[in-house]
Amino acid sequence: MEAVKTLRLKQSKKQETCYHCGDPCANSGISVGNKCFCCNGCKLVYELLEENNLCQYYDLQTNPGISPKEAGVSTKYKYLEDESVRSKLINFTDGNTSTVTFYIPSMHCASCVWLLESLYKLNPLIVQSKVDFLKKELTVTYEETANSLRQIVELLSSIGYEPEINLDSLQKKVDKDSNRQLYIKIGVAGFAFANIMMFSFPDYLSQQDQVESFLKNFFSYLSFLLALPVLFYSASDYFKSALHGWKQRSINMDVPISLGILALFIRSSFEIFLGHGTGYMDSFTGLVFLLLVGKLFEKKTYDTLSFERDYKSYFPVAVTRKHVDGETSIPLEKLEVGNRIIIRNQELIPADSILIRGQAYIDYSFVTGESAPVEKVSGDLVYAGGRQIGGTIELDVIKDVNQSYLTELWNDESFTKDQSSRVTTLANRISKYFTIIVLSIAGLSGAFWITTDVSLALNAFTAVLIVACPCALALSTPFTLGNTMRIFGWNKFYLKSTSVIESLAKITTIVFDKTGTITHSKESRVEFIPAHRGMKLLENEEKQLTYSLAYQSMHPVSRQIAASLREQPLLEVEQFREIPGMGIEASIKGKQVRLGSYLFTTGKKEKTEFSGATFAHLAIDGNYRGYFRLANVYRSGLKNTLDRLNTNYRISLLTGDNESERENLKHFFGNDARLLFNQSPHDKLAYVKALQKEGERVLMIGDGLNDAGALNQSDVGISVAEDINTFSPASDAIIDSSKLDRLSDFLRFSGKSVRIIIISFVISFIYNLLGLSFAVQGTLSPLIAAVLMPVSSISVILFTTGSTTLLAKKMRLQLNFG
Amino acid sequence: MSVIVILISASLFVAIGFLVAFIWAIKSGQFDDKYTPSIRMLLDEKKDKEEGASNNKSYKSTKGS
Repeated sequence: MEAVKTLRLKQSKKQETCYHCGDPCANSGISVGNKCFCCNGCKLVYELLEENNLCQYYDLQTNPGISPKEAGVSTKYKYLEDESVRSKLINFTDGNTSTVTFYIPSMHCASCVWLLESLYKLNPLIVQSKVDFLKKELTVTYEETANSLRQIVELLSSIGYEPEINLDSLQKKVDKDSNRQLYIKIGVAGFAFANIMMFSFPDYLSQQDQVESFLKNFFSYLSFLLALPVLFYSASDYFKSALHGWKQRSINMDVPISLGILALFIRSSFEIFLGHGTGYMDSFTGLVFLLLVGKLFEKKTYDTLSFERDYKSYFPVAVTRKHVDGETSIPLEKLEVGNRIIIRNQELIPADSILIRGQAYIDYSFVTGESAPVEKVSGDLVYAGGRQIGGTIELDVIKDVNQSYLTELWNDESFTKDQSSRVTTLANRISKYFTIIVLSIAGLSGAFWITTDVSLALNAFTAVLIVACPCALALSTPFTLGNTMRIFGWNKFYLKSTSVIESLAKITTIVFDKTGTITHSKESRVEFIPAHRGMKLLENEEKQLTYSLAYQSMHPVSRQIAASLREQPLLEVEQFREIPGMGIEASIKGKQVRLGSYLFTTGKKEKTEFSGATFAHLAIDGNYRGYFRLANVYRSGLKNTLDRLNTNYRISLLTGDNESERENLKHFFGNDARLLFNQSPHDKLAYVKALQKEGERVLMIGDGLNDAGALNQSDVGISVAEDINTFSPASDAIIDSSKLDRLSDFLRFSGKSVRIIIISFVISFIYNLLGLSFAVQGTLSPLIAAVLMPVSSISVILFTTGSTTLLAKKMRLQLNFG
Repeated sequence: MSVIVILISASLFVAIGFLVAFIWAIKSGQFDDKYTPSIRMLLDEKKDKEEGASNNKSYKSTKGS
């Protein structure tokens, strides 16, 4: 009996979730057969798939769907019919068929892949569609007609996979070529290495001339032939970079590497053609092969993440312009000062404008991090970057898109500076001295022998260059940093490149942004405060009324209040009204319930203490009951992290908010930290610059577009993301918000990685000394060279990767092999 | 011993053949996306409605057992 009961319970629970997306159905009453749906959108998608015999979608994964967004205005994608927009989006077209690549953030499971690759069944214009799951990209080949691109995008958003199309996607055309090139270079070098090694075996095994000289010559010439493509193709990047460095009068790591490689090759060629011996072509190709593998190891990139985003990846492609004779959709770049534009619910304001008509209720949460929407009335200035919530508004543009208050940040000089030139890596600094020392040792030993024997002198000179070629040195950096970067990646801390690790190790000051960085951006603590002291908190029935009312509204504050009362049952709501800028009201169980501003609920003028929209007042049947207060929720473990960071770093906090939270923040940051309030994006940038002038190395941690300037100016900018696939401003690293409490560990780990590199430098110096002692005497035999080279390289690789992994284990960082 | 020259040349040509195949595979983009094909191979193609329905059934029954 018990078993049957629990089974039934389970079934009834299962019934309550949407067949399409898995959200609770919450008595929506929308169902087809025995399948229930949370909203009409989900039901429509199901019916469409059912009709086209695509229900396998639901067999691959339970509740795979994504609830399509509220059906937007039908003209939303009209701009895709514009020829100039279209030609920029499309990868390739021959007039009849075209291919286009979309970025689809909501792609998440095997079912998505299946459905997106079955698109041709839904629209006959689509020839083929192909998914790249890790990049979340969909490439569609379709037949070109006047509006086929628009049709495809509308189809995608109607089934819940809305592609992200923004200004940025018009400009980027990613080159897949560089990675392919590296693979081929490694392939060629590895091929030559393995074959030459085989040809060299007779030499390794016999010191005497047991091998017939004819065969020996044959093998030598073959080795030479195989080494040619390695020199001219596989190793070409090292020569280019060394030459570039040389011209700039800075000696980088590639200079000694190139010297060593060249010395190896030239000396071997001489030996082969003069018939002295077989040369060191195996060492030469092996070295290039290992160096390239190191490069690949270091080159790990996170496909779905972009570290280069600016406002362009946030702004829309087109905007609706109002003329005397109607509306047209124009590309954003054609927008001019003085144009009248129309912004609808959930659309973004692309340029600084004056509000002309309508009730503006603007959500700047992305720009400033402040979640409370700002109310504007006609005549007010509206800054670009806000999202309109509520009705349609009309605006007059007063500034160009890239001259707006926010976008002007990107005109700052710090954005035009070349990022890579700022960092001199440890290896590059050392290699400067290394090159000078090696060249002088080679010259000295050559000079020493030149009086006795010219050929021995040349022998010693080249041998020093060969042995001292910093192969171990050049391998330790990419393998240590590459492995560290992977370990960070497993711990949800994603770096743009390995050079960030060295910068992290040198940080002296940490600057935090407040909202969204150390507080949750989407969550708040909701408290109810009764109107009078002594008045009771909400009764159960009142909670039900409030929940049912707040549930109806899409407003962020209502959503949070609803979420805090989630366990209540939903009641039937009649005469629901949402009055933008005021609040919401409805009649529930015969009672008139109002939730919103003080004026709206009481009819009296707003008290100053309630300014700002983080308060929501409640009145039932005209009786004022009190208000909900939405307070910031600080991330868990924050106090602990800050305490640990405080001992080693100077800490500051910059926020665009007012001082109301000062006492609270003092508790977290301690008395030494500098807390600055009311900071504009430009102020933040200037503050970081000022710190750097004092000689500090600054780590900036922020999350919104308003931090973008400071993130870019700082030595290392980390952006915090709740969901790493959503937008985050340009930065050096992206950290998952749940891992912010490990920040001090990450910094410590970076420092230790750099120390591991130094230790491995010492190890490779010991090898070098050993080899040099043979080399200066002019007695370096091919056998010793052949043994020493791989032993030193491989032991350095093992040491660096092994010690970073062990260290990570000791620091309880997550390791994820495979 | 001169036969070894022929053998070595032959083996080198075979090896070069593989190198060319490797380069072709990279150039044709086979290494660009190393993850999605692992999902794609598990998905069945259904031909038409009738067949689809029966396929679906058999899929479900195997899943049940």
